[in-house]
Amino acid sequence: MNADYLELTNLTVSFDGFVAVDRVNMSVLPGDLRFLIGPNGAGKTTLIDAVSGLVPATGSARWAGEDLVGRKVHRIARLGVGRTFQTATVFEELTVTQNLDIAAGARRGVLTLARRRTRVPEVVVKAMETIGLTDLAEVPAGTLSHGQKQWLEIGMLLVQDARLLMLDEPVAGMSAEEKDETGRLLRRIAADADLTVVVVEHDMDFMRAFATSVTVLHAGKVLAEGSVEQVQADPRVQEVYLGPGEHSKAVTEAVLGEGV
Amino acid sequence: MNLKSFLTGRWAVVGGFVLAAVLLLVVAPALLTPFRLGLLGKYLCFAMVAVGIGLAWGRGGMLVLGQGVFFGLGAYIMAMHLKLADAPASTGVPDFMALISSDGVPFWWEPFRSGAVTLVAIVVVPALAAVLLGLATFRRRVRGAYFAILSQALAAAFAILLIGNPRSTGGSTGLNNFKGFFGFSLRDPANRLTLYVIAVVALLAMVAVARQLMVSRYGELLVACRDAEERVRFLGYDPAAIKTFAYAVAAVMAGVAGALFVPIVGIISPNDVGIVPSIGLLIGVAIGGRTTLLGPVLGAIAVAWAETSLSERFPSGWTYAQGLLFMLVVAFLPGGLASLGPVLRGWRDRLRPAVPAEKTSVPSLSGGS
Repeated sequence: MNADYLELTNLTVSFDGFVAVDRVNMSVLPGDLRFLIGPNGAGKTTLIDAVSGLVPATGSARWAGEDLVGRKVHRIARLGVGRTFQTATVFEELTVTQNLDIAAGARRGVLTLARRRTRVPEVVVKAMETIGLTDLAEVPAGTLSHGQKQWLEIGMLLVQDARLLMLDEPVAGMSAEEKDETGRLLRRIAADADLTVVVVEHDMDFMRAFATSVTVLHAGKVLAEGSVEQVQADPRVQEVYLGPGEHSKAVTEAVLGEGV
Repeated sequence: MNLKSFLTGRWAVVGGFVLAAVLLLVVAPALLTPFRLGLLGKYLCFAMVAVGIGLAWGRGGMLVLGQGVFFGLGAYIMAMHLKLADAPASTGVPDFMALISSDGVPFWWEPFRSGAVTLVAIVVVPALAAVLLGLATFRRRVRGAYFAILSQALAAAFAILLIGNPRSTGGSTGLNNFKGFFGFSLRDPANRLTLYVIAVVALLAMVAVARQLMVSRYGELLVACRDAEERVRFLGYDPAAIKTFAYAVAAVMAGVAGALFVPIVGIISPNDVGIVPSIGLLIGVAIGGRTTLLGPVLGAIAVAWAETSLSERFPSGWTYAQGLLFMLVVAFLPGGLASLGPVLRGWRDRLRPAVPAEKTSVPSLSGGS
């Protein structure tokens, strides 16, 4: 285990008086695959927006000994924090290789930038194997399928040398097989490379299959935290998702996934 | 070596430059009268600005509607030096200034008595102006139409500033009637031919620089910035710095073009630097194909040539023709004439009976690390 862990203390984001993230305390350790779930408007995306510097926040977000709050987006990225967006954003007109090469190059000097890429860097080749796009290396990223674009984004996070990966709904719109592939990929990189991975997700089956731990947000606050089973069994979580009162096992499973 | 790699490889590039040099340096002077050659020299100056616009707009996505400012900076710096050098040694005051006032030469003209200072300033002043402007706007994430309007307003302000100060800038008449160029008489046809040759060499050098920037890693990064600026930021780059560099390179190209325009054409006035000429330059780039290397160059030369020859025959017709051409290109050929081939091929394929496209297989995620 290394010292790269994420620790949020009283992290708060408010827009004109509306508090989207309300004094959130949370820590995520390396090797963990943390799922961030919650109903619409719970503040999940806003939370990772705040950590990655996209929206101003108060409180603190410590990562590898540095406080990220108040820093510029590209400075935070250089500290090893990477993220993806709900809609995959890759450089559509550039090839898969070029996309990965750019992601790998934020620390390049002027002379390297001014020259042509003569060979594909080792990290890029390795990442392409990991995400399974080696055969499509010279294909423009705009022609990839939705799932492949998401994998390319994950590959870009890997070569960018991000050690904290924050993924915003990575499997939305994917087929069942693609979801499985993505889940296995995330598990593998979290465990093998000892990375800290935070996934914002709505897909309960996907969460249940691959999460090592879960944080439930509701109305900007942490509602529950723990393993998948603990969270599923938590009456407060069931109330938020299903409404107050008693619920049959079938209804609970339909919303929160099987095995409750 | 097969034909295709021969046509696209390193030798093709060298061959292309040699061909362009032979055409411009040997064929054109042999075929054209000195008057027409002078006109071609003027078009080459516009083409230099176009190379920069192609880089900043085509590759960087910055709609630079005010390149006349940088063109004007280079041109006026050169013109000030030439006027000072032409001034009678007894007073040191250029002719037009002596006519309208007796206050002597403004203090900010004085540095340009030196030829060396002038040459350095032609490069450094537009570059500095572009870096300051670029950082100020791109840091604040001003882009798209807002950036275009800003750059256009700047061109208007620059022209108004020049017109408003007739004593020091020649006002709306501008600066003209240059007699010498660094000690050589501009009346001598041999010297005029030399100026033309300098313009050709400068243009070829700029195309070479633009090509290197386009094929380099920086060029890929610039395209990435154009298409998804936020994504580039999240990879740890500062897009403002990336865009400012391309903007500054474009500004230097425009400045050098302006400086060569002055001795070749013999006059620089606010009419050459305001909004209308700035947009005129952009139209050539759009028609030629802004994302390509040679599209902007050929487009700018073709538009400037068409303007001259059409205005000779139909004095008021050009404006309409230019507008029509621009509309046609924007509506039917957004990539400019450079994209004509692929667009025609697309139409041809659409007319043919549909051939079932080969389905690309989705590779699965393999075992990995």
